[in-house]
Amino acid sequence: MSNLAILPIIIPLLAGILLAFFPKKLPLVRGLAKLTTILNLAVVTYIFAFVKQNGTLILETGAWKAPFGIIIVADLLAVTLVLTTNIIAVAAAFYAPKSLTDQQETFYFYSFFFLLISGVSGAFLTGDLFNLFVFFEVLLMASYALIVLGGGKAQLRESIKYLLLNLFSSMLFVTAVSFVYSVVGTVNMAQIAERVKDVDQQGILTTVAVLLFFVFATKAAVFPLYYWLPNSYSVPNPVVSALFGALLTKVGIYSILRVFTLIFTHDQGLTHNLFLWLAGLTMIFGVIGALSTNNVKLIIAYNIIPAVGFMLMGIGVFTETSLSGTVYYLVHDMVIKGALFLLIGALVHLAGTSDLRKMGGLIHHYPLLGWLFFLASLVLAGIPPFSGFIGKLLLLQGSLAKEEISIVIVALLSSLLILFSMIRIFIGAFWGEKVEGLPVDKRAARAFTGPIAGLLALSVILGVGAEWFYPAIQSIGEYLMAPELYIDSVLKE
Amino acid sequence: MEIIMSIVAGLLFATGVYNLLQKQLLRIAIGTALISHGAHLFILTMGGLKGGAPPILVEGVEHYTDPLPQALILTSIVISFGVTSFLLVLAYRASEANGTDNIEQLRGNDYE
Repeated sequence: MSNLAILPIIIPLLAGILLAFFPKKLPLVRGLAKLTTILNLAVVTYIFAFVKQNGTLILETGAWKAPFGIIIVADLLAVTLVLTTNIIAVAAAFYAPKSLTDQQETFYFYSFFFLLISGVSGAFLTGDLFNLFVFFEVLLMASYALIVLGGGKAQLRESIKYLLLNLFSSMLFVTAVSFVYSVVGTVNMAQIAERVKDVDQQGILTTVAVLLFFVFATKAAVFPLYYWLPNSYSVPNPVVSALFGALLTKVGIYSILRVFTLIFTHDQGLTHNLFLWLAGLTMIFGVIGALSTNNVKLIIAYNIIPAVGFMLMGIGVFTETSLSGTVYYLVHDMVIKGALFLLIGALVHLAGTSDLRKMGGLIHHYPLLGWLFFLASLVLAGIPPFSGFIGKLLLLQGSLAKEEISIVIVALLSSLLILFSMIRIFIGAFWGEKVEGLPVDKRAARAFTGPIAGLLALSVILGVGAEWFYPAIQSIGEYLMAPELYIDSVLKE
Repeated sequence: MEIIMSIVAGLLFATGVYNLLQKQLLRIAIGTALISHGAHLFILTMGGLKGGAPPILVEGVEHYTDPLPQALILTSIVISFGVTSFLLVLAYRASEANGTDNIEQLRGNDYE
């Protein structure tokens, strides 16, 4: 039964390998890709239900006892995130044929796509620090190939910067892991967490914690390490941007969440205060970026950054409520960022430009797409019945209970500015006079609408049906505040 | 011994970072290679450099060196090999497409 835990990693991996054999047979490849994502989603849903019923699922690979072998830990948090990942993957697989050219698809797009999903699922599920590094590399290698797919001038230019930055931070990750190994003598997360309490010199642990935070913050685009993100996320194909925006930075945030709730809880005065400061600055600089440009792709890319700030704020406040809020916001943000990047891809395709000043009047031709975009703006900004509201509410509640007033003010103001930046796109692109001589392509618009509407429906359900999801989210919050539960379930004596 | 190795790893990191901050793409690639050497040396050092037999089971040997850091390094080496070869090809293609290998000139706000 515990072999279930590894299926979300194995299925996409096998699919990726299989599809590399016949890249030229496009209809077959597309069909198989769609089928596999749906199958994988079904499997993951089953695992989610199983874990919710029976508690954490642990797989000791090769039957080696816990601290000695690699373990896969499918607890409720990891499984929730893997489930969300797979929902995004289904939407992306259905969107991709319309958005990519045939040539891009034949150049192994689906193989890299599945390797990316496999790497992300692996990073969520692993229980071993070095294995986390390896899964980071799996997903990063796939992302390098996806970002440069098509080989445009700007893509080649920006992907060099993306690759260099990630190569540097990966090497720092290895260095940090070796520091951890020299201090506690293990790379298994549960055993590190157990041994951290017995280390005499807590100062060195804090240093290692900050180094690890630096690595994850680079991946997650936290201030002041977000400078690489906007350009690299706006140059690739929209479906690739959607995968990146929905999944990659979230893996960084998940790693911070995991490491700083499980392992480094000894010096919260320093680390968690640092998080609060950085969270505030991340929100401010992210919204400034989103308001600074007329390129619609860049506006959406900049909107990732304040969302990262919100999640980091929940980790910094460090109460049950705020951690639940972080998890809720994480799930909500994965879904809505996926939907938004797909929407912007459709918008740029239909308008023929990514410059906001050259668009206008699209709602006359594409009313459904326009209102979907309006709905997405409301969800993103956190207007009450939708999912963004519940996450932000929990985060603000947690912060107020800890009397962190200034961060609450910053968060509320940046929500307002996020709404402003989104409505600017809505007014500029959809309202106003029609642009003369623009070809109208209703068939393409319909093909784009399906996956987008699916993701948006999910984020509406996440908000309206919050009472169904809240018990699970709340129990994750409680679970994160009690690292003994994780340690005991992994290292059973 | 650990002190000497730590200083060497530090020097590798320093020269690597210096090269990363240069303008020529090839020098940046060399910088990344130096940094990964530094990191790998660092893992070996942090595992402890006490004397002992190579970690292969032989009868009559009491003390072995720590096998775990060596496995970690081996993994990390092949990963950085893969990424470096990709980086070299990417640098070649980018300099060809953009007509320059100077990172200062690889800026611009035109997006296709």
